[in-house]
Amino acid sequence: MSLYHRPIPLFWWLERRSYLVFVLRELSSVFVAWFVVYLLLLINAVSGGSAEYERFLDRSGQWWLVTINVIALVFVLLHAVTWFGLAPKAIVVRLRGRRVPPPLIAAAHYAAWLVLSAVIAWVILR
Amino acid sequence: MTASHDVLVIGGGGAGLRAAIAVAETNPRLRVAIVSKVYPMRSHTVSAEGGAAGVAADDDSLDEHAYDTVSGSDWLCDQDAVEAFVHEAPRELLRLEHWGCPWSRQPDGHIAVRAFGGMKKKRTWFAADRTGFHMLHTLFQTVLSFPEIVRYDEWYVTKLLVDDGRTYGVVAIDLATGRTETITASAVIVCTGGCGRVYPFTTNANIKTGDGMALAYRAGAPLKDMEFVQYHPTGLPFTGILITEAARAEGGWLLNKDGYRYLQDYDLGKPEPTPVMRSMELGPRDRLSQAFVHEQAKGRTIDTPYGPIVHLDLRHLGAELIDAKLPFVRELCSKYQNIDPVTELVPVRPVVHYMMGGIHTDIHGATPIQGLFAAGEVACVSINGANRLGSNSLPECLVFGARAGRAAALFAGLYGGRIPPAVMAQGRDEEDRLERELTRHLDGRERIADIRTEMQITMENGSGIYRDRDSMVKAFDELQELQARFADAAIDDHSRTFNTELVALLELSFMLDVAESIITCALHREESRGAHQRTDFPARDDERFLAHSLVQREPDRAGRRVRYLPVTITRWPPGERVYGR
Amino acid sequence: MADEITLEVVRYRPELRIEPVVQSYQVPLREHWAILDGLTYIKDHLDGTLSFRWSCRMGICGSCGMTVNGDPQLTCATFLTDYAPGPVRVEPLRNFPVIRDLVVDIGDFMDKLPTVKPWVIRDVDSPVEEGEYLQTPEELDEYKQFSMCINCMLCYSACPVYALEPHFLGPAAIALAQRYNLDSRDEGASEREDILSSPEGIWACTFVGECSAACPKDVDPAAAIQRYKLTAATQAIKNFLLPRGAR
Repeated sequence: MSLYHRPIPLFWWLERRSYLVFVLRELSSVFVAWFVVYLLLLINAVSGGSAEYERFLDRSGQWWLVTINVIALVFVLLHAVTWFGLAPKAIVVRLRGRRVPPPLIAAAHYAAWLVLSAVIAWVILR
Repeated sequence: MTASHDVLVIGGGGAGLRAAIAVAETNPRLRVAIVSKVYPMRSHTVSAEGGAAGVAADDDSLDEHAYDTVSGSDWLCDQDAVEAFVHEAPRELLRLEHWGCPWSRQPDGHIAVRAFGGMKKKRTWFAADRTGFHMLHTLFQTVLSFPEIVRYDEWYVTKLLVDDGRTYGVVAIDLATGRTETITASAVIVCTGGCGRVYPFTTNANIKTGDGMALAYRAGAPLKDMEFVQYHPTGLPFTGILITEAARAEGGWLLNKDGYRYLQDYDLGKPEPTPVMRSMELGPRDRLSQAFVHEQAKGRTIDTPYGPIVHLDLRHLGAELIDAKLPFVRELCSKYQNIDPVTELVPVRPVVHYMMGGIHTDIHGATPIQGLFAAGEVACVSINGANRLGSNSLPECLVFGARAGRAAALFAGLYGGRIPPAVMAQGRDEEDRLERELTRHLDGRERIADIRTEMQITMENGSGIYRDRDSMVKAFDELQELQARFADAAIDDHSRTFNTELVALLELSFMLDVAESIITCALHREESRGAHQRTDFPARDDERFLAHSLVQREPDRAGRRVRYLPVTITRWPPGERVYGR
Repeated sequence: MADEITLEVVRYRPELRIEPVVQSYQVPLREHWAILDGLTYIKDHLDGTLSFRWSCRMGICGSCGMTVNGDPQLTCATFLTDYAPGPVRVEPLRNFPVIRDLVVDIGDFMDKLPTVKPWVIRDVDSPVEEGEYLQTPEELDEYKQFSMCINCMLCYSACPVYALEPHFLGPAAIALAQRYNLDSRDEGASEREDILSSPEGIWACTFVGECSAACPKDVDPAAAIQRYKLTAATQAIKNFLLPRGAR
């Protein structure tokens, strides 16, 4: 019996929006990793004293680094939003025998995100 | 090539899977295999909707289930078989519950039961209205836990190997490769289901072509009570998709074109707003389908491009009940009829649904051929007699599947051993025949589909809900003609790889034999009983015909003879069938 | 409405060609006709060599899954009029080896299914004489959705992870494992843990969600997988922190 194996087309991920989002989301992990590296560099700079920190800020202001960080931000946002979209599927909560509606679980995630962001903003900006 | 097993089950539906498990449980040392022309979870058990009967409620009793079954059968069933059946059905259904079947429940966690046609008490277990689907998948998944059960998925059996009154196995084609193989076995259990596809309008799946009945018939086994063909009163027009009896058990009404609950005119009781057991819409299927024919004759049905219809009214049940208990009905109506039963009337008409007859077996599933067993719709034990009650067929698959499995295991344990050389020669002959089938039709003039369509129309005209001698003689002659034309049928496809046209050819050949057995039995039974209604013999005749018809091929295969076997009566002497009063 | 529609059927006939070819057929365009009715019309009247699987024609046996205009569909539940004026392209299900024409080899799924042990596992089996295992309607609701899988393989066909990583257990098999994990009668979750938590199990899934979009029975296998990810992660933390007896 000779079976036919359909080759996977090079641009299969353009066939559907969901496939594209899936590939972009996979790609977003690179940018999440980049944010971690960037954060470590920042901490290193802060621990090296104010001169070191100033140099770090100067470097960060260069156009190419700003561009990378803007792109990274977009990808990290995509990562976060799709993650929150997934949460109601994974988390099944029952209150008094009734299942909490999935949109409520998603809303709770966004609310928590907002609160955490506000706390961090307060710590930094006060 | 050959393979060898102790017990070979043909068919992977409810009865076949249950039989295979019974073999494995009875004697784990036996090598048991299931050969099926489709993957087991595709088997037609999957389409059963309404439920499975087994006494469960405190106010019910085995005797009442037995009496309902006996009277429903118009006294043609064997009462010892019915007593065994009603006794073992609850246990089998419980076993399925232990294996994980998602039966619908009462609030306290106990099994829920619903009403069903012809049943005096609520005793039909259900898994919403997808009972067959859940039973089949539960059985299939449970079979996966028995690594000793070997499966030949998508293998098509073309011949039973029988020598000197004893079976030794089968010849089968592996559809994917086209390879033919002789598979020997000490015992063979036929569980291939019914043959609704010999009719033009049926609830039955495409695979229901009577293969097992024809295999046994050709091997010399008698077929029993083949004239009893059940028309289900509620199928969707055009597709023939089944709308379960549970729709009426939950309170649905049948209305003619004037919106009138016409069943009250046919000695089926008085219309009440809520369902009454054994009355009106909860009458037996044969009587309901016959009432439709009379309504049609009176011009009180509605003509559509797909034939006359009446209406099933579920609107008063409300969306909540329909979604909870009849979700599949709603899904089917919406998908295949573009209507919502919550707000609209469902068009329905009678549709060929089930074969009461089948391979003649005793209450252990044994046929007169040694080592050959049968269970499920393909078999006739008989618990269904002249008319099966809704929700008795699923437990029948379990009870008699298990019985046949145990009996076959016992037989194989006792009588294993050498395969006679004559059997291997038969196997080689069959492999050669299949080779010729693949090529000999190169110059044929007839199309398979044309012969099949004509056969189906012949059967509907000759042995429909009402029959008479003239129409049946005509049908018989037409079948002979179709058999002759079949010899000249063409196939376009000569490939070995998944040749579905070759399968269609072999299926048609099986169906022609089964069709012939139906007409033959129907012609000989000169009375009206249950699903066999003759306009030329309108009364039941217990003097002559309180007996099973057995039709058997003459050894030279040219002729056929019909004889009668007395019905076994234990506790319920023949009486009048009373519904709604 | 035109009275005919073109079906462009992708055909693979290993004995003739090593590559599939497209063959066009004109079939009647009628109300209520499913794609499957078009295919059986071809088989019966135009070309007996066309091979495809079908059986129940009511969307429950799971035989007739194919790719219709790029989407995985049950062809018995997809209607010609929805594709008018056509043409309609009918291909075998994606991500499976093709045996012939529209018939694919699902052996891989059939081999994987038993590995997740989709059957009731009990520490102690009670005899049936003691009656049913009690299960309230609420407990039934916990797993009912995941028990609706008809094994039609549309989810595997829609899943890009399965396409790229053939060792992936896949949506239906994992959903069926969850069906038993969530059944109040089952005590076998720990026996399914290793296979489900393996790299070929839930962690291969990256939540594309197409399996749930393709599912004709609203099983939502994506939800089953994400739910088990949470269970597995919680279990892993418990295993790490707690002594054996307290898990």
